[in-house]
Amino acid sequence: MKRMSWFNTVSLTLGFAFLYVPMLILVIYSFNESKLVTVWAGFSTKWYGELMQNEAFLSAAWVTIKVAVISSTIATVLGTMAAYVLVRGGRFMGRTLFSGMIYAPLVMPEVITGLSLLLLFIGIGLDRGVLTIVLAHTTFSMCYVSVVVSSRLVTFDRSLEEAALDLGCSPSEAFRLVTLPIIAPAVISGWLLAFTLSLDDLVIASFTSGPAATTLPIKIYSAVRLGVSPEINALSTLMIAIVTIGVLTASLVNKRQIVRQQREEKEAGRN
Amino acid sequence: MIQFQNVTKRFGDFTAIDDLTIGIYEKEFFALLGPSGCGKTTMMRMLAGFETPTEGSIYLAGQDMAPVPPNKRATNMMFQSYALFPHLSIWENIAFGLKREGMAKPQISDRVNEMLRLTRLEKFASRKPHQISGGQRQRVALARSLAKKPKLLLLDEPLGALDKKLRQDTQFELMDIQEKTGTTFVIVTHDQEEAMTVASRVAVMDNGRIIQVATPDRIYETPNSVYVADFIGEVNIIDGIATPNGEESYSVAWKDGQAPLNVKSPSSFSDGQSCHLAIRPEKVTINAEKPTGADNVVEGKILDIAYLGNLSTYHVELPSGAVIKAQSANTRRISRRAFTWEDTVWLSWTATAGVLLAA
Repeated sequence: MKRMSWFNTVSLTLGFAFLYVPMLILVIYSFNESKLVTVWAGFSTKWYGELMQNEAFLSAAWVTIKVAVISSTIATVLGTMAAYVLVRGGRFMGRTLFSGMIYAPLVMPEVITGLSLLLLFIGIGLDRGVLTIVLAHTTFSMCYVSVVVSSRLVTFDRSLEEAALDLGCSPSEAFRLVTLPIIAPAVISGWLLAFTLSLDDLVIASFTSGPAATTLPIKIYSAVRLGVSPEINALSTLMIAIVTIGVLTASLVNKRQIVRQQREEKEAGRN
Repeated sequence: MIQFQNVTKRFGDFTAIDDLTIGIYEKEFFALLGPSGCGKTTMMRMLAGFETPTEGSIYLAGQDMAPVPPNKRATNMMFQSYALFPHLSIWENIAFGLKREGMAKPQISDRVNEMLRLTRLEKFASRKPHQISGGQRQRVALARSLAKKPKLLLLDEPLGALDKKLRQDTQFELMDIQEKTGTTFVIVTHDQEEAMTVASRVAVMDNGRIIQVATPDRIYETPNSVYVADFIGEVNIIDGIATPNGEESYSVAWKDGQAPLNVKSPSSFSDGQSCHLAIRPEKVTINAEKPTGADNVVEGKILDIAYLGNLSTYHVELPSGAVIKAQSANTRRISRRAFTWEDTVWLSWTATAGVLLAA
């Protein structure tokens, strides 16, 4: 392999340092013996143990995961439907308006989205809890799903659907048997995107959550306001670990699939 | 079997098909030939049910097709891009339409295996479309569209993506399969050689209209217009003024200072009517000496030689400035070739060699 020039080495180091030093410090301090976050007093995993005893954190984590799974699933279904209609619906009245309105929430300040949802929930007399957070998260993450799926649909060869119709499928069968399996990767990544967005949302959740249900980001945020505890460091480290494992697995699976496909194509070329 | 009755199709202001009436017979291999944008693909998509005529109606076996959706039609289509389902194996691709029909499993299996045999794809049944070559994909697309035993098979530029050698082989395969299955084939193509090779009848289209429908040899030998003559193969078009000088015989005055040409024509022209003489290069003989007894003889100078391997096309400039193409088979090695650039030669052709067309 070629040696990198000193300039490239320096910029790479600086870039990665910028990205990862803060996280690294957090991980190191999570193994701190001392109760004082900024004073190092030796290695220990006791804060992880204490974390496991903390009912409030565990229940918040449970709520967060429940909300993320449900809202991203609903958002994926709605977002895929919206994308399909916008890409395939042909030119109907107000199509431009609709597609503009789908993208608008992406650039809308979260505070405004949260506030408007809060007003709506109060207006219709819905008690704030898991349900309201799910609805709120579905609302904003649906737009992301629809953006991801519609960008896949734009490049989708229309004649595949026509072939399905030609071979005797009704339009809904054509969607289920041909379109959906082919755009599945985009739908899955839309789901993952919605899931992560829901997982780390603080602003909208803080407007729509009630005393009955709190999500993890809110819990961490309010805990930190009372002072950073080593427990929070431990919790954050766990979250980093989970995310890292998730990203690594996804990219490994993807990579293996590409390698296998290339090998198969090479074999086909020989025949 | 198929009847287009005054069919017009408009997309906004653009008229793709203009008041078209045509019949296609059973068990025929029918080719729609024309430049891109002439409406041939639109015609095919109307047959498949992806487009509906703006005016007029299409009958398939006597039934008006307008209200029948694509999935209920006894037609199948082979798409230009093949449109194989990438997530299904070759076997499943071919079985797809049969499963939708609700056919029993053993019958599906028999039918798929039969199609695999017909298209010689047995070895690839479990592969995915991206694991086979272009020619194999094309055969899968054909097998899939034939599996349901359609009354009518539509082929949209089926061989466009194949290289020339493979295309020629596949053309003969297509004809073979068409004969074996007895299905009516309608093929859309812009490749005139392909249309001539495979089809029993060819329709030449331009701007949403059918200009001529005839067998390949009649399209080539007796085109009904300058457009058809020019679109199919190479041709010399000579503009002139016709004067009758006998039964079905005309003398055509053309360039000043040239002797009038003798032409026989079954279609009649009035005295002084302007006309075009269309004559194929291979029907023009090129000679070093002035030939005697020929109906038409002109003298010229070789301007250019296009060497095609088996044939050479000579571009001969006449003193009047007109250029006439003459083609001859290269029966001798190139080093023994009789003519070269700047040579003075004599071109001759018979009175029946060309077709006289109205201006």
